[in-house]
Amino acid sequence: MFKSLKIRIAITVIVCLTAMYFLIPTFISNIPSPWNQYLAKEKIHLGLDLQGGMHLVLEIDTDKALEAMMERTSNDLKESLMDNKVRFRNLGKANGASISLELTDSAGKTALENVLRDKYPDLEIANPGDSGQIVNIKFIDKRAVELKKQIVEHSLETIRNRVDQFGVAEPEIIPEGNNRILIQLPGIKDSERAKNQLGKTALLEFKIVDEEHSLDEALHGNVPEGDIIAYGLRTDKSTGERGSVPYLLKNKTLLTGASLETAKVQIADRFGDPSVSLKFNSQGSVDFERITGENVRKKLAIVLDGAVYSAPVIEDRIAGGQAQITGTFTMDEASDLARVLRAGALPAPVNILEERTVGPSLGSDSIRQGIIATLIGTLFVIIFMILYYRFAGSVADLALIINIFLVLGVLAAFRATLTLPGIAGLLLTVGVAVDANILIFERIREELRTGKTIRLSLETGYNRAFITIIDTHITGIVAAIFLIMFGTGPIKGFAVTTIIGLLASLFTAVFVTRVIFDYVVWNFNIKKLSI
Amino acid sequence: MSMELIKPGIHLDFVGKMKYAITFSVILAVIAIASIIFHGGLNLGIDFAGGSIIQIKFQKEVSADQIRTALKSTKLENSTIQQFGEKEFLIRTHESFSDQKVLAENLENPLTTAFNKDYEIRRVEVVGSKVGMDFQRKALFAVILSWIAMLIYITWRFEFRYALGGIIALVHDVLIIIGTVSIFNIEFTLSILAAVFFIIGFSINDTIVVLDRVRENVKLNPKQKLGDIINMSVNQTLSRTILTSLTVFLTVLALWKFGGAVIHDFAFSLLVGVVFGTYSSVFISCPIVLLFENLQISKMKRKK
Repeated sequence: MFKSLKIRIAITVIVCLTAMYFLIPTFISNIPSPWNQYLAKEKIHLGLDLQGGMHLVLEIDTDKALEAMMERTSNDLKESLMDNKVRFRNLGKANGASISLELTDSAGKTALENVLRDKYPDLEIANPGDSGQIVNIKFIDKRAVELKKQIVEHSLETIRNRVDQFGVAEPEIIPEGNNRILIQLPGIKDSERAKNQLGKTALLEFKIVDEEHSLDEALHGNVPEGDIIAYGLRTDKSTGERGSVPYLLKNKTLLTGASLETAKVQIADRFGDPSVSLKFNSQGSVDFERITGENVRKKLAIVLDGAVYSAPVIEDRIAGGQAQITGTFTMDEASDLARVLRAGALPAPVNILEERTVGPSLGSDSIRQGIIATLIGTLFVIIFMILYYRFAGSVADLALIINIFLVLGVLAAFRATLTLPGIAGLLLTVGVAVDANILIFERIREELRTGKTIRLSLETGYNRAFITIIDTHITGIVAAIFLIMFGTGPIKGFAVTTIIGLLASLFTAVFVTRVIFDYVVWNFNIKKLSI
Repeated sequence: MSMELIKPGIHLDFVGKMKYAITFSVILAVIAIASIIFHGGLNLGIDFAGGSIIQIKFQKEVSADQIRTALKSTKLENSTIQQFGEKEFLIRTHESFSDQKVLAENLENPLTTAFNKDYEIRRVEVVGSKVGMDFQRKALFAVILSWIAMLIYITWRFEFRYALGGIIALVHDVLIIIGTVSIFNIEFTLSILAAVFFIIGFSINDTIVVLDRVRENVKLNPKQKLGDIINMSVNQTLSRTILTSLTVFLTVLALWKFGGAVIHDFAFSLLVGVVFGTYSSVFISCPIVLLFENLQISKMKRKK
């Protein structure tokens, strides 16, 4: 490739120094200033299996979110239809994210279509061909896909905000597939609290309590149209017993947590119980003032994730945009709630699909043992190569060490994460790199046996072995690329280190060793090659 | 004088032994499949089957029976309890305990009653069965696609029969590792999968080295019988084959001996895989290349 030995030496030195540059933070933890400004800052990231922490895979229930959206839209639609004098009855939820209604006028369908076209471009009639009076309305398919995508993006954003509030160093939040989010929280201690804060939908809603209808009747299955039953938790102050209290609420949500500016813990209660105080943003304050003004003497329910926290009576119009959630919180619960509200609600409920918590002591145990074992194994190889190939063996050993440094350097530079499967990949490349040198040396030995000169033997040995080496390496790389394309987390971890390792091995086992041999052979008058 | 494990000019009759080797491999494959069927499929770890795994370290000596007694009449009653290193235990169940409260009720409270606070929960892993199934499908898909990719690449660089020989050797190796895992009733976890990947990488590397020599010798001696050429090539690369396998074997042996409980099964599968990966390069891939040659010759004879 490059004939000039000087250029080849320069390339080798530059590559090695670059790798060292990226590895300095990994090996030296406290670099004194002013040096630390000039050096790379990223350490090699260790996977949770190696350093301990929490690993979560969340699934965002986008279907549920679409259903909820449709339900909210249906309330607006009802009003629009009434405004436009379209006569209908039995408007309600149908299968999945769709609603059905019965038109009572023959001209109703055209009128409905007009309303949809003018005001609800996201909706369409699901059964346009049917001649009956029952009409199903759904989201336009293309739009539904877009909405789901937005829901996932929004959830990702919210989860990022929430994770930021944990103050964990180097958290990782990675979207996976269509609707999954992988979260890695290294070093987290209270996994239960973390999980609660991440998984909580935290959908805050303000609804009016329906006092015109009978709660008892509703509980017996006769829920008035446009109402829902929700439950609130009550702790009896004297007995300490917890029970649930039913409420009959108007389904229409007047305000949500999206209108919040901030939320914080306050201890205002005369019992010294903490509560969460809310401050609305400017639009939220205006809305809140209007809503309270319109509903004086009614009860306003504060609903979080479907559960009623409190339902105080609105005494008067409330200006200033402040409200409070009281309940029976512990201090931790209150501060977690405030934190979650600040980070915003998730647009969809999430399910925890996978959860792994590795204690920090186990993590450090396994990495210590893994490193010791790898070092002992590598030492075996190094000693063996020197015993078997003498000088050439030590050249191969040097190349092998450079190889390992290069892989680690690339991992540090690209902020890749080293996991246990990753170590398997590293081990594989050590094997393949040693093999490349064994291939070359055996070829050179063969050539020397036929009586060729040292220079010619080196030349032919390297050239012949190179064809084999390139095929073994590229086959490995091709296979690993497919593993990256179709595999998930740990499979990728293996494949990434393998690819980096194989590329590094092509460089060190072929290029670097050749530079050393050429340097020695060209500069010293060698009679016999120690191989 | 430098060391030589294999003297140059060695000439062992590998091709003559290939019949026995194939018989041997077929028997092994049958045993492997029989073991998997006998065990009712693989003993899938929670990564693939879903479930929970809890690792606990005690401060003093306890036995699995003591833990089992402590967990009686909880949801963990029927879980597998296995000693895992010194004073450490693994508790496995197919239920997914995603809720910490359930875990506390069924594990922490009864353990605290029985052993005070003299223990530490070092690891909790919970995988939903949906994720497990997903992962199973994806892993299989990735492996098969990577084989197809290698098949195409090797066909392009060599010939189709070489590629087929190489891939069948891989299938052979993977079958034997999975069979071994099944026979020893080792849990098929993510790290065993990593071991399978390692062996695929190692075995194909080994196979290509041998087949590359075959290809080179075919070019040099176009008139010679393929059987002889294969024999010559295997002998010429024998020294390298043994050296490489030995070094990799030693590295893995260190991993097995010193790597600790977490990677013990991983290293064990690697040991088995290295031995069979080496064996298959010579005794599986070469006969397949030869078989294709014989098929072609007999076809030509029939035409005449």
